[in-house]
Amino acid sequence: MASMQSLDVVARSATTTPSPQVRTNAPQLAKLIDESKCIGCKACQVACMNWNDLRDEVGSNIGVYDNPVDLTPSSWTVMKFFEVTPEQTGSQGGLEWLIRKDGCMHCEDPGCLKACPSPGAIVKYENGIVDFISENCIGCGYCVKGCPFDVPRISAKDNKAYKCTLCSDRVAVGREPACVKTCPTGAISFGTKDSMVAYGEKRSGELRERGFQQAGLYNPAGVGGTHVMYVLKHADKPGLVGLPKDPSVSPMVSLWKGVAKPLALAAMLGAVVAGFFHYMKVGPVEEKSSEKEEA
Amino acid sequence: MASRSNGRMLRRYEDRDRMNHWFIVLMFLLAGLSGLAFFHPSLYFLSNLFGGGPWARILHPFMGVLMVLGFIGLAARLWRANVVTAEDREWRRHMGDMLKGNKAAMPPVGKYNYGQKLVFWTMVASLLVLLVTGFVFWRPWFAPYFPVDVLRIAALLHSVSAVLLIVATIVHVYAAIWVHGTTRAMTRGTVSEDWARANHPLWHKEVTGGR
Repeated sequence: MASMQSLDVVARSATTTPSPQVRTNAPQLAKLIDESKCIGCKACQVACMNWNDLRDEVGSNIGVYDNPVDLTPSSWTVMKFFEVTPEQTGSQGGLEWLIRKDGCMHCEDPGCLKACPSPGAIVKYENGIVDFISENCIGCGYCVKGCPFDVPRISAKDNKAYKCTLCSDRVAVGREPACVKTCPTGAISFGTKDSMVAYGEKRSGELRERGFQQAGLYNPAGVGGTHVMYVLKHADKPGLVGLPKDPSVSPMVSLWKGVAKPLALAAMLGAVVAGFFHYMKVGPVEEKSSEKEEA
Repeated sequence: MASRSNGRMLRRYEDRDRMNHWFIVLMFLLAGLSGLAFFHPSLYFLSNLFGGGPWARILHPFMGVLMVLGFIGLAARLWRANVVTAEDREWRRHMGDMLKGNKAAMPPVGKYNYGQKLVFWTMVASLLVLLVTGFVFWRPWFAPYFPVDVLRIAALLHSVSAVLLIVATIVHVYAAIWVHGTTRAMTRGTVSEDWARANHPLWHKEVTGGR
């Protein structure tokens, strides 16, 4: 699978010319994960394994429900469980159990794609999905450095990076992602970005009426918004569920993969060109130039 | 005129230093070309020289480490002659004259002039940074032991010092071409007495005893 030929590519890693993007009618898509509706059943993890033919190693129990403990090259989505106290949330009420389905956020401005040195190893389709084209991956790990959400995982088996594809193969033929299809409580929905933002705002409003005064939509502007969004009960404190408060691509990565590239090329080429013209203007330092003085 | 030109050759480098130098050159070219492939999309084609992206990624650190090992051997024998002294300040003040081709204005120098010393220490510093940062994000063996913020800083410093090393090397190569008679110091190990008298008079005095 080189890429989804039926989808336009709006951004392609390590590529300086436009990618195929003649189609104009593809809507921006998004997945919305409603934390307040999630019961932590992990059906989404199973559906992800099933559709993508992934079977992770059987791990070990660490005393909580998290299993596997973290994203891996073969577990592209993982339920993470958080026990939070009223002191932590800053709200009335008792102990809360928050559950978040972790995985790629499909940033509008993807740091992984910016950092990737291999042409076409990471693409962003016009619908907003950020996809790893594994056959072009060289295993350098730059995507890991570019990601503000700590998502890409590199397999020890093949040294290729893996993450959630947002079921780009299903979406390309008009289906919803596998996790969306399987979720028994309707906590995961999928549709156009606009409709998902509207629905997320509506759900947040409902939660605020029910007493979660800080409920809101997590669609961080620092990465241009995301194509996976959350409805959080405590949107003022995304750290409660392990999300960065105001994520953005690291300035180190922006510098390294931004302004440093043309400047360094100019410096290296400039040194060669300057040397050439210096020689032509001044001429060589001859071996015997001292003899006249000494004679 | 040319009365003192006698065709005598002076030894400037031992064979082992020359062979080490050319080993470093080869490793510099290999590590440099494979590294540049990852630096800018327009240079990615260079990875084909190494059998494609994954192979360039795999080989690059090994060639880099070999380059540094060779350089350590060379630097151990040359660093003393490259210590910057008070006299170098005078030469530095006249650097503009040197570039204009006005060699007569330059104060006499020993084995290395200030420009050469500057290139030497730039190479020492950039190779040290390249070595340390390169280990930090060397996949798959060392990168997993460092937090991602450290990896980001390492990658940035690695590319900055690589560019510094490349620019210093361009200056180094150009100076050797520009000052005629220099390259044979490394290709043959010797330089002409005229060359030594003209470019490194104090060194000439030192090796000939002033004769």
